[in-house]
Amino acid sequence: MKYKLGEKKGMRTAYGETLVKLGKELPNLVVLDADLSGSTKTAMFAKAFPDRFFNVGIAEQNMMSMAAGLAKTGKIVFASTFAMFATGRAWEQIRNSIAYPNLNVKIVATHSGITVGEDGATHQMTEDIAIMRCIPNMRVISPTDYYETKSVIEWCARNEGPVYVRMPRRDTETVFSSEEDAKFQFGKGRILEEGSDLTIVATGEMVPEAIKALELLKEDEIEGQLISMATIKPIDEEMIVNFTNDFIISIEDHNIIGGLGSAIAEVIADHGLNKRLLRIGIRDVFGISGSATDLLKYYGLDGEGIYRRIKEELEKQ
Amino acid sequence: MSKGENLMSGTPYIKNTDLEELKTIAKKIRYNVVKMIGLAKSGHPGGSLSATDIIVALYYKIMNHDPKNPEKKGRDIFVLSKGHACPALYAVLAELGYFDKEELWKLRKVGALLQGHPSISIPGVEASTGSLGQGFSVAVGIALGCKLDGLNNTVYVLLGDGECQEGQVWEAAMAASHYKLDNLIGFVDRNRLQIDGCTEDVMRLDDLKEKFKAFGWDVFEIDGHNFKEIINTVNTAKSLKNGRPKMIIANTIKGKGVSFMEDNIGFHGKAPNEEQLEKALKELS
Repeated sequence: MKYKLGEKKGMRTAYGETLVKLGKELPNLVVLDADLSGSTKTAMFAKAFPDRFFNVGIAEQNMMSMAAGLAKTGKIVFASTFAMFATGRAWEQIRNSIAYPNLNVKIVATHSGITVGEDGATHQMTEDIAIMRCIPNMRVISPTDYYETKSVIEWCARNEGPVYVRMPRRDTETVFSSEEDAKFQFGKGRILEEGSDLTIVATGEMVPEAIKALELLKEDEIEGQLISMATIKPIDEEMIVNFTNDFIISIEDHNIIGGLGSAIAEVIADHGLNKRLLRIGIRDVFGISGSATDLLKYYGLDGEGIYRRIKEELEKQ
Repeated sequence: MSKGENLMSGTPYIKNTDLEELKTIAKKIRYNVVKMIGLAKSGHPGGSLSATDIIVALYYKIMNHDPKNPEKKGRDIFVLSKGHACPALYAVLAELGYFDKEELWKLRKVGALLQGHPSISIPGVEASTGSLGQGFSVAVGIALGCKLDGLNNTVYVLLGDGECQEGQVWEAAMAASHYKLDNLIGFVDRNRLQIDGCTEDVMRLDDLKEKFKAFGWDVFEIDGHNFKEIINTVNTAKSLKNGRPKMIIANTIKGKGVSFMEDNIGFHGKAPNEEQLEKALKELS
């Protein structure tokens, strides 16, 4: 395989580090957080630039509308909290205060998906892609690893308009070897591996799991193509239309309703493509408490689980 | 009150001719508000008419702004958080030349510039508001941004009293005082009515003054239809550079200026019919 899994590194850390770097270069960059700066890593920016960091307290709705006001005065605004509170609690503020007037606010949410772990269902955000994706003007990005996160945050700061970026709590294996290697291309899926039997499209923290599944499939002489789909909106329509394999598998730490799998299904339907799509993700249930590793296993989202699910489908065909 | 007398010490003198001029302008604005809602056959006359005098005073006598250059750096900024009162804002902006007055008669129609609630796509409109509570937070963000830029301008925001039932209002109130935004002056259009009835019956708000005080604001209470009080109070509020945001509770009458709309909950979100429109316009002529 072209891409080897590296050591585990935090996308959140990449976010904090990149904010500090950008803070030096962009004097009009400001950061907001709602009492979770230690967890979202915006505390790193707060330490370096205390005058441009604003903690709004546990008040996410106010944070999103305030972010809009700051953007109106020409600031590049990053607003962070957990995915649940950013997109759930403050959905309407994001829609009406930020997206409708198309303001320059970057909503960077950590603790996405089931892998939040022990905190359980109230904190496991598995609907954020769906509810951000359906807002006009909003772009949705789910970076692949530590290195790509750096490139994504850099892209966000240097491009106008609202963006939603989701990333997990846990550290995940790196897929790329450097920031250069991971250079983000907005709106483009990335082919990590070629294979003629099936195509796996994974996003975010599911990419390393997909790589593990692909290796297991290889042992059974099944050659899978692997795509890392960091931009979920706008989805890379051109790439999907040109898939040569007929069996597509989407993998996401998100409800299978409304997320990456749905975005791919929409393209398949719009173009009348004769493809079979298997959506792997959270199957419209609320999560439970447990360690991230145990939960991935429980929901069949680890490499082994993904491999088994694909094999099952192949046997049906 | 005799000519030149001030309500509060240290505030500039307002000429009685200015007050007469403002009354004339406000009447004209009210005429246009009722006409545009009547032609649109939808909209919110009650809260537009209660807020008219405050908006007229701000744009004609208080704010530093330029209709020919709506994005001028360092301008004073007004956010209409109770976005449903936008006919009053639109009528003022049109009168001042932010856009063609003919636009007023196309309010709420497909393809029109003037949307049912304020949108920043309209020249002179600073924030897309209407979902209650949000405009207040946006104004807090703008005031913070202006402070960061070292500007000496003032940010004004107008809230509805019913709007103060939104939790977000109090999140924003906390943030404004925490970040010492003494460049922010708010108004509560205290007309005491909301869609379902009297504010005190639907969800008690009193004592609003004490509530904002408790959140760290300097609070004033005025007659929101008295131009002298509006202007003098704003001048006093502006002069207090004490690190505290200012809130002016403006006691108003919903539907002010049209006898059968005054204090009548029926005209919160309902346009006058043809007969009512004719009657209202006659009163405002």
